[in-house]
Amino acid sequence: MPVAYIPRTRDLYNDFTPYRWVENDSAPFTPLTKPVADCRIALISSGGIMFRDQPRFHREDASYRRIPLDARRDDLSVWHFGYPTGDAERDVNCVFPLERMRELAAAGVIGELVDPAFSFMGGIYSARKVRDELAPQIVDELKRAHADAFFLVPA
Amino acid sequence: MTSALDITQSVKPPRAVFVNFPLGHQTGPPDQPELQRRIVTDAMRAFETISTPATIVELPYVWSAQDRSWEEIDYTKGWMPARPSREAADALEAQRQAKFRRS
Repeated sequence: MPVAYIPRTRDLYNDFTPYRWVENDSAPFTPLTKPVADCRIALISSGGIMFRDQPRFHREDASYRRIPLDARRDDLSVWHFGYPTGDAERDVNCVFPLERMRELAAAGVIGELVDPAFSFMGGIYSARKVRDELAPQIVDELKRAHADAFFLVPA
Repeated sequence: MTSALDITQSVKPPRAVFVNFPLGHQTGPPDQPELQRRIVTDAMRAFETISTPATIVELPYVWSAQDRSWEEIDYTKGWMPARPSREAADALEAQRQAKFRRS
């Protein structure tokens, strides 16, 4: 059975005003006009992935990191307050499947993987901040990179 | 990609692929590249198969056939490992950065 995370959020943070999740009535939708094997796909993770020598993310951090495709797994680290990051620290592909996406590109399952990949720390309380500050910057990056689609992996 | 079905149903992204795994493993368990590859490949296929906005495709993978207890405790009080104090975390971070700082 899928876990009911909305009531669990309410219980976990019951000292606070209940969190108001984004509720949308409909979804924007752009049909894909060519096979995925011909598409440039970008990888984005909200799991809080960064290079080990970069400043770590912090609470309410709405910045993002650019992670070149040739990044080595051992050079990457994880910071996020909202989920146990132990497994992702051991194998970043749990929430940032960079190695898997490189393999799919090499095998021709996708056309190309957009360089760089992107990550941010998704535990940002303000949906407005995400919508008006963070998302537009990443959208600009994707447009400049001529991405056909992006694959967003949360944590 | 999502493991939180109710949140995804509320937010309604254009397309989603759901896997019933504990938070922090949306593209698979650690050090299981074959399973990770299958999940990610299924997600790529969904780009082509989903034609109705806000569709959520459910993948068939099971975290553990023998033990479903994670579903009871995921994202509940006491589930998160204890965190170091802010001072201890800052000291660890300073060590970490000193060790990995690039020239």
